Amino acid sequence: MSPAAALIEARGVHAWYGSSHVLHGVDLALARGETVGLLGRNGMGKSTLIRTLLGHVRERDGRIAIAGRDMSKARPHEVARAGVAYVPEGRGIFPNLSVRENLLMAARPSRDGGRDWTFERVIGTFPRLGQRLGHFGAQLSGGEQQMLSIGRALLTNPDAIILDEATEGLAPLIVQEIWRVIAAIRAAGIAAMVVDRDYRRVAAEADRVVVLQKGRVVLEGPARTAEQHAQLATYLGV
Amino acid sequence: MDLATFLVQCLNALQYGLLLFLVASGLTLIFGIMGVINLAHGSFYMIGAYMAFALAPFVAQAVGGGFFATLLVGLVLAVALGYVLEWGFFSFLYEREHLQQVLMTYGLILVFEELRSILVGDDVHGVQPPAWLAGSVPLGDLMTYPVYRLFVSAVCIALAAGMYFVLTRTRLGMMIRAGATNREMVQSLGIDIQFLYRVVFAAGVALAVFAGMIAAPISSVYPGMGNQVLIVCFVVVVIGGIGSVRGALFAALLIGLVDTFGKVVFPQAAGVLVYVMMALILLWKPDGLFRAG
Repeated sequence: MSPAAALIEARGVHAWYGSSHVLHGVDLALARGETVGLLGRNGMGKSTLIRTLLGHVRERDGRIAIAGRDMSKARPHEVARAGVAYVPEGRGIFPNLSVRENLLMAARPSRDGGRDWTFERVIGTFPRLGQRLGHFGAQLSGGEQQMLSIGRALLTNPDAIILDEATEGLAPLIVQEIWRVIAAIRAAGIAAMVVDRDYRRVAAEADRVVVLQKGRVVLEGPARTAEQHAQLATYLGV
Repeated sequence: MDLATFLVQCLNALQYGLLLFLVASGLTLIFGIMGVINLAHGSFYMIGAYMAFALAPFVAQAVGGGFFATLLVGLVLAVALGYVLEWGFFSFLYEREHLQQVLMTYGLILVFEELRSILVGDDVHGVQPPAWLAGSVPLGDLMTYPVYRLFVSAVCIALAAGMYFVLTRTRLGMMIRAGATNREMVQSLGIDIQFLYRVVFAAGVALAVFAGMIAAPISSVYPGMGNQVLIVCFVVVVIGGIGSVRGALFAALLIGLVDTFGKVVFPQAAGVLVYVMMALILLWKPDGLFRAG
């Protein structure tokens, strides 16, 4: 893939938590409109990679570019302003803000001034949120919080969304709903990087998968055939 | 206690509580949102009071004087002071331990007191309220009440309403409240938290300085006045719940009532009543009465 086409491009990214060296030279690219599944067993560096791309891990090295601009030293809000939205593990809802406030506090047009995602469109996508606008974040169920987190990310009109364990701890019916939304995000032309335990589902929904092991990329490519699935299963230890 | 005396004490309690609230609201926001224990917050109150005294001659020379012109100049200086302090000192404290915060901000108290001593001296001063606020209104047949105290209460209520509006009705307010619970997420939504903190800190300093300036004609201006108010303000923050502006308002008014009426009804124990109340409230609700935000 040519660098110009990549929305997010990481080259030789290292990251540290104190004295522990977590990422060892990760190369990763996310093209415009592409959906990439980020897989790996627990503690292999998925969340660290995401947090590093987003600017939250300060002790980092290597090159990170977003839409062709060098963001290696960028602070988190600059990454967000460059068009990368974040749906964190644990949802990151503000418990003391109402649903409406959670959605509106950071709503803004996209980098080119477009407002594809309006408050009304988000409520249309998640009707349950529409019935709970006055409730506080803390009063929502896990599924509602997840929808709120995704809706809030969409209202920043991003070019890419990074979803970390978006279906974790949710009832099967809600999990289906979240995957439906991820498909809708893809259909809307927003690039996505998805971390999820259900590797089969990730493989089916994503254009390709990237597997991390001990802070390195060990496998990259589409996961469609039975052979590719078998290889994936070996790396994931399932 | 007859009705007029009771009314006077109520007004005194209200005025004292509201003034406390102005100082404590900044303290609770800085503590609750940025996680910084700022022992120097009381110094801003002292600086405000001394500004009301020391700036007046300069303002008189420049624009012909006036209490409100002095207030305005003081406010501008306060915002600038807050901005510079956040940039130069407090921005280094956010991820430090509380002990380091306490040490540095205690150091700032000493620096501020010393600077005050060098620049203005150690004397006690009085500040005159503006002439048109200097009178009294009659209360009943025998009592009167100073207009200036009513003015202070009115200004404080207006400021409290303004804060309520900003915090609950504006995007800035939403961001501030969100920052109290999850600063990483606030950043990942594209909000420059450093700038947000600087605004909150400067506003907190400005409120404390302003409180000191308008309190000057009531309480007189003396060295160490900041430390006295600081301790009560921490009581306000702890009772109200760390980070809760609504809690700070409630707790400040409660302390105003207990302190004022305690002095009248129970003078032997007036000094400890507020602290006994804090202990009882903490036994009942260890996190304070209100939640942050």
